[in-house]
Amino acid sequence: MSSAKPSSTIKASLTALAVHLRGVTKVYDNGVMALGPLDLAVPKGEFISLLGPSGCGKSTALRLIAGLSPASSGAVRVSRHEGDVQIGHGIGFVFQEPTLMPWTSVRENVRLPLKLGGIAKAEGRARADAALASVGLADFADAFPRELSGGMKMRVSLARALVTDPDILLMDEPFAALDEITRFRLNNDLLALWRSLGKTVIFVTHSVFESVYLSQRVVVMTARPGRIQADIRIDTVEPRGEEFRTSTAYSDYCRRVSAALAPSYSGRSTL
Amino acid sequence: MNAQAAVAAKPSGAQSAVRFVLPVIVFAAGLAAWELVVRIKEIPPYVLPAPSAIVLTLIKDWAVLSRSLATTLLTTLEGFVAAGIGGIALALLFNQSKWVEYSLFPYAVVLQVTPVIAIAPLLLIYLEQQTAVVVCAFIVAFFPVLSNTTLGLNSVDRNLAGLFQLYGASKPQTLRFLKLPAALPHILGGLRIAGGLSLIGAVVAEIAAGTAGAGSGLAYRIAESGYRLNIPRMFAALLLLSLAGIVIYGVLALVSHLVLRRWHESALGKET
Repeated sequence: MSSAKPSSTIKASLTALAVHLRGVTKVYDNGVMALGPLDLAVPKGEFISLLGPSGCGKSTALRLIAGLSPASSGAVRVSRHEGDVQIGHGIGFVFQEPTLMPWTSVRENVRLPLKLGGIAKAEGRARADAALASVGLADFADAFPRELSGGMKMRVSLARALVTDPDILLMDEPFAALDEITRFRLNNDLLALWRSLGKTVIFVTHSVFESVYLSQRVVVMTARPGRIQADIRIDTVEPRGEEFRTSTAYSDYCRRVSAALAPSYSGRSTL
Repeated sequence: MNAQAAVAAKPSGAQSAVRFVLPVIVFAAGLAAWELVVRIKEIPPYVLPAPSAIVLTLIKDWAVLSRSLATTLLTTLEGFVAAGIGGIALALLFNQSKWVEYSLFPYAVVLQVTPVIAIAPLLLIYLEQQTAVVVCAFIVAFFPVLSNTTLGLNSVDRNLAGLFQLYGASKPQTLRFLKLPAALPHILGGLRIAGGLSLIGAVVAEIAAGTAGAGSGLAYRIAESGYRLNIPRMFAALLLLSLAGIVIYGVLALVSHLVLRRWHESALGKET
């Protein structure tokens, strides 16, 4: 199967890296080594999945990239927007839970990063509404989070991550708590958004199928401390659609990724 | 997907009516029994006045009692406002600096566990009487505000805090847009307790002050009527105090409900 990625992505991958980790480790205060050493280079515009058993440090890696916690050793390099000040340093973060503020409306939740970044209210509201429209929730701007279903809350969370127009989108098992059908739909919406916006996406998941379906590259990690077990490129006809999910190429990739994942859980009884 | 989940089913009307009517019936029956016992046994009013006598006294002495009620309510309000502002401000201070918290928190506890009735006479020596009474109300009422606000400020969602960090929120922004709203249900819970307690603090201080000579609050009226064996007026003043406590609680509960009704679990119907 020939690779037919959008030409812009190829060009971007030749020119620059969005994220570059070199020899990164993370040791917690209690002395537990959670991660690494980890080497990972993510070209601009790529959709990459980090896949591994729970506790392997995938979420920790995301937090390091986002700057939410410091690395114990090694270098974390994240390409920053040149010139104008970027809210959140050009990074959007989607957590495992929707992580919405229950006391305010959906629109205000999405506007939050802009408000914290000092963007005027009128402009912020307009951009929040646009971000909500991009995830299909234009009609729910005035609703409160508790009035939404789990999938809709996740969409709001995605809209909030997109509202600053970040270059890099970090997603920490965002759809793990959703039912399979909702997850499939959100997978397709996410792919469509990625294609139209051209952002770098680093997607943490523990679903083999989700990682193969979504990403151009699946990085399989070992059990703790997380290192790279395998780096598998998913080459298929773009844009992907539901037919990919049922193709033999898809099941072949799932088989390969599963095989790479096997050492991290077989023969271990610590989890 | 739609917002139908938001439409709460109303609790059945019959059941809420029963919940309202039953205590009223019990109250009426109790009053009737009381009235009957006093009349049949011909108990003199200086031992036990009948409810009708209490109501008559309330009307007859309204000029005196209403002024006393206003005095007590004003003291309560001042104590409550001081407790609210003081408790929240202290909790914010503790939240900003662990050093301040470690240094001062034990004293807040000491102030809380020492019976105010024992502190009141001392305060009356050192402070002007009206100030001392308000300080007593404050001492009794501020602790629940302090401890509830501290609890609320510390129970902010970890991921939301991370989000604020990611977007470079300043300390004042984090406080205003994250910590205070997240703590609001706890703060309102603390204030609801503080409302009743500041009335208790005011009454205790008035009684202590009353024995020292001056004062005109409801509690002072009760003490004074006790010395004069004016038992009906004692009951009338007690009735007013009780009503004041109920109204204070009701108002604070209503405010809490109105503020939280759109988002907090505690203010939502069971079937939402």
